[in-house]
Amino acid sequence: MSEINNGQSETRVIEAGPPLWLLAEITYACPLHCAYCSNPLNLTDKKDEIGTEEWLRVLSEARDMGAVQLGFSGGEPLLRKDLEQMVAHASELGFYTNLITSGIGMTEKRIAALKDAGLDHIQLSFQAANAEANDLIGNRRHSFAQKLEVAKLIKQYEYPMVLNFCLTAQNIDQIDDVLALATELDADFVELATVQYYGWAYVNRDQLLPSKATLEAAEAKVNAFRDKQNGKGPKFIFVSPDYYEDRPKACMNGWGSTFLTVTPDGSALPCHSAKILPMTFPNVKDKSLQDIWYQDFSFNKFRGYDWMPSPCRDCDEKEKDFGGCRCQAYMLTGDMYQADPVCSKSPHHHTIEAAIESAAKQHDKSVILRDPKNKIDIVTV
Amino acid sequence: MSQVPKRNRLYKLQFEKAQDSYVLLYPEGMVKLNPSAAEILLQVDGEQSVDDIIIALKTKFPEAPDDIGDDITAFLSDAESKDWIHYV
Ligand code: SF4
Ligand code: SF4
Repeated sequence: MSEINNGQSETRVIEAGPPLWLLAEITYACPLHCAYCSNPLNLTDKKDEIGTEEWLRVLSEARDMGAVQLGFSGGEPLLRKDLEQMVAHASELGFYTNLITSGIGMTEKRIAALKDAGLDHIQLSFQAANAEANDLIGNRRHSFAQKLEVAKLIKQYEYPMVLNFCLTAQNIDQIDDVLALATELDADFVELATVQYYGWAYVNRDQLLPSKATLEAAEAKVNAFRDKQNGKGPKFIFVSPDYYEDRPKACMNGWGSTFLTVTPDGSALPCHSAKILPMTFPNVKDKSLQDIWYQDFSFNKFRGYDWMPSPCRDCDEKEKDFGGCRCQAYMLTGDMYQADPVCSKSPHHHTIEAAIESAAKQHDKSVILRDPKNKIDIVTV
Repeated sequence: MSQVPKRNRLYKLQFEKAQDSYVLLYPEGMVKLNPSAAEILLQVDGEQSVDDIIIALKTKFPEAPDDIGDDITAFLSDAESKDWIHYV
């Protein structure tokens, strides 16, 4: 097969396994407005969302290819009235179905209907461990109280419950309360994920990025808490931000190796933030998922190691981290082929150091809330 | 051993055609099981004791070596430490 790009004809098909993980971002609409949201700045309008039939076909095609984990995400997936229908279809196909929700809009009626539809697991996000901070960060009154209700419903309906706390400079000093709340709610797993800087979080990076000292203090508290748990209670997973590492994360386990994201308008991406890159991504309205995953130029572009310039090309760690994140490379260097600047071998590593320095001075500046009215259109050239 | 192992409801055991193997599925994760691990976990039903499971597998695989019981208990203790099973 061949694809045309930049006037050059390329014939490059690289061996790839099936996409084991499908992330279905079914809507960008969301009742909350978290400044750390990783959604794109040019949020798709509801009217441009793909329909139920289209989604059902995408799920069938992905399952045929061997996908097994399916995440319903967004935005807030509960805002789609056809969620139950999609879950039912997915579970009939044999997917393990995950609902990734803020909890806003969940009712007992819906949680029961989702159970009947075969939903396997619910991940509930909290913005903080108390009402005041939670409702401020998500910019919605009473949202904390609603989340507590939803957590109870999740347990009552016997779903595995994962709680997600996105840690930022705004809430990281409340880590003790987070640990206590998660234990009280009897979560199975708790993700304590330090924010990653994509989408709205990138715009607000100065305000969100915690200092290294705060971060280490928080992690030490989590470790101490874990030691006292004696194997009982929630399992806490602490994810440090890569900004304080000297090697990048193996982003998406390698471009086009495991993950496939379909966005509300039907764009198919190798990761949820890839849309920012200066390249064209296929849409499920035009092509089968099979074609997209195995044949499309965009999915093959960063597979393997041939695309790498130095220092990655000659690096003996490239099979470990695949050169890191393409989006981070693009955001920080303007060139998506570069080594992820988190890497200390990158000639652009100073951009990370500069970001840390700049953040240290700006925690008090106000954030830009994720809101369609603050929407920022990105022009790709 | 008369202890009765039971599978953790957080981990869903299912056969995956694309991988030609059994897998354990849990929130946002998957463990691919080798054939013997899968055979053992399939026997864990919350009713059979460890001894029952050893007998069942010896009957099912008569050509297996005599010390297969040790492998089975070793796997079950590993599975317990990973939280895939617990004892009722
Ligand atoms: S991070 Fe906040 S604003 Fe973004 S989708 Fe999740 S709940 Fe909505
Ligand atoms: S140079 Fe590239 S491949 Fe080597 S460790 Fe850094 S990012 Fe990874």
